[in-house]
Amino acid sequence: MTPIRSPFLRGCLASAPFVIVVVPFALLFGVVATEAGLDLLQVMLFSFSVFAGASQFAAVQLMQDQAPVLIVLATSLAVNLRMVMYSVAMAPHLGAAPFGTRALMAYFLVDQSFAASQIEFERRPDQPLADKVAFFFGTVTPIAPLWFIATFAGAVVGEAIPKAYALDFAVPITFLAICAPMLRSIPHVVAAAVSIVAALVLAVMPYGTGLLIAAVLAMAAGAGTEVALNRRQGHED
Amino acid sequence: MKIDPATFWIVLPALGLGTYLIRLSFLGVLGSRPLPLGLRRALRYTAVAILPGLVAPAVLWPAATAGQTDPARLAAACVTLAVGIATRSVIGAILAGGVTLYAVLWI
Repeated sequence: MTPIRSPFLRGCLASAPFVIVVVPFALLFGVVATEAGLDLLQVMLFSFSVFAGASQFAAVQLMQDQAPVLIVLATSLAVNLRMVMYSVAMAPHLGAAPFGTRALMAYFLVDQSFAASQIEFERRPDQPLADKVAFFFGTVTPIAPLWFIATFAGAVVGEAIPKAYALDFAVPITFLAICAPMLRSIPHVVAAAVSIVAALVLAVMPYGTGLLIAAVLAMAAGAGTEVALNRRQGHED
Repeated sequence: MKIDPATFWIVLPALGLGTYLIRLSFLGVLGSRPLPLGLRRALRYTAVAILPGLVAPAVLWPAATAGQTDPARLAAACVTLAVGIATRSVIGAILAGGVTLYAVLWI
């Protein structure tokens, strides 16, 4: 097999496996958002402007629960805060590109393009800037169009799905499925457990504020557990 | 319940812009500088601190059954979590959870 020279094509290949996650996820978003009462235009604008699946689901669920705007925004933006880490990790590799290019790459900085690019840039840090930029755009090429097309398909199909199919539960199942592989260390498990217990105990609090408090507690619990474990293993970082 | 259009039209631009600014932060404006360790540590747990809490009430007290705990939904949630942890496959976990939900609902 001849190795592929074009960094753009290598980027496409590197993120191609993510397609099997992105398509059903986007389809489901289209269906769920339509069931929640959004019309086709609203659903598509949502996917275009936010372009971050988990926070889109979170926002739809909270808006359906009639949570106030500020709570909806705080919670959904908190879901996306992990992308600060992505932005930090990409800056040393792509930061020398012109601002316009970086502004465009920022829009496409999603879980999949970050994951594929991070692996590539760590493996071959010395490649020219132009190659890194081309690779990055390669990684979003299979992902972004399919995200929008599948959202559209889901929104169109969603109107036709009867209530008997218990679609209300598609979102909890999807979120649990996204979370489960994240439970890869003790601090992650502790954070998830605190999140669940606190959210249930605080569910009586009005307007979804209980969830925000639960999230802060869970984040502190995760970080605290990490510090404690590090200390026990005798390194300070 | 249906989403209130007024809420939607405020949330849409604010969430879109906010999410974009999060992505742009270091890549676009702040450049290559290290994050304080404490902040990095907290950011690592954001997703796992919110998503489980978001679904927990919906698993135990589903709106579709007027808040009554439902064996089908509870079983589906447990299977999804177990398969997700065991296989690390998001799609595998969704499929297993979906099959469990329908199996218990219709048997």
